[in-house]
Amino acid sequence: MPTHKRVTLDVKAFADHHVITQPNPLSGVLRRVAEKDLDDPVARAEKALAGLSGEFKQWMAIEADRLTAAHTAILKSGFTDESCEELFRAAHDIKGDAATFGYPSAGAAADSLCRIIEHAPELDQVPANLIAHHINAIQAIVRERTRLDTASMASELSRQLRDVADEYLRHANRDRPEHLEAILAPSIAPGH
Amino acid sequence: MFRIDFNKLRFLVCDDNPHMRRILRTLLHSFGAREVYEAEDGATALEMYSHYVPDIVITDWSMPIFDGLELAQMIRQPESKGNPFAPIIMLTGHSEKRRVTVARDAGVTEFLAKPISAKGLYQRVLNVVANPRPFIKTKTYFGPDRRRNTSTAYIGPERRVGGDMEVLQQPSLLDKARTAV
Repeated sequence: MPTHKRVTLDVKAFADHHVITQPNPLSGVLRRVAEKDLDDPVARAEKALAGLSGEFKQWMAIEADRLTAAHTAILKSGFTDESCEELFRAAHDIKGDAATFGYPSAGAAADSLCRIIEHAPELDQVPANLIAHHINAIQAIVRERTRLDTASMASELSRQLRDVADEYLRHANRDRPEHLEAILAPSIAPGH
Repeated sequence: MFRIDFNKLRFLVCDDNPHMRRILRTLLHSFGAREVYEAEDGATALEMYSHYVPDIVITDWSMPIFDGLELAQMIRQPESKGNPFAPIIMLTGHSEKRRVTVARDAGVTEFLAKPISAKGLYQRVLNVVANPRPFIKTKTYFGPDRRRNTSTAYIGPERRVGGDMEVLQQPSLLDKARTAV
């Protein structure tokens, strides 16, 4: 463990704020190395991640099934705070994880679904098919990934879903400028 | 060239998704980290934060009980017994610029949008280790300096007021945290 030396904070007081500095408590973990001794921790980590990839298909299936279960609960009992939150959380996890697991199109479709849940004025007013198509598409992309001809089809499918979802959201939020701005803002996610 | 001795760092990882926790653990261990503690919600993370006193916190945003944003706000309490200065890296599926601003205003040190990459994570850790920013305390904010670039052109409503500087010396809150454990 790093040795945490006793340090004194340097506090500079200004009219309406303080600026607080301390000697870098983590400076002891930085090590100068010669060029010839340089290993590559990023390459090492990528290799370790590749070693995990055998499990990604199963993990992705679990995530997709969780999304379907959340949707089934809504079909059965309607939109409640809890069911909406679970649907969003399941979609949001796929949005974040799917590209790492090798299913970028599933991630894109999940992103589109998240936007609907986040920005639709009333979820029970969203055409039921729009939500169902997103979930069916994600399931299909996950099931059919092993077929070589499906990658471009999956990409096209998620793109079309996004187009339809965005058109709906733009129309539904035409009088809600703060949502419209968020919908139209570019993503900061890598690869977008 | 500099490298980080990850084996000297203690991490707290907070994510409700077990797959993402596994990925984070794998990445951190392959970087060389040995001490990686894991929590699946914000409440457990806060408890572990006080108990293990991690050097770096990596947290998801969207989580049950209380989320990563609330976790950051609870850590960034200048009067608390714990260490309010630990770097917080927010790793999230949220990918809108406004979210970055909200996270920054909660005291998050670095923001990393998913999908995660080994390079992205390494760079964020390197940045918090090698380039710590001073902390700013105002009536409404306590956290790392939100100005990464010096701009004299900023005229927004929250521009800080200068005036004569008064230098105060006080015991480290971090020391208080260490001795309290």
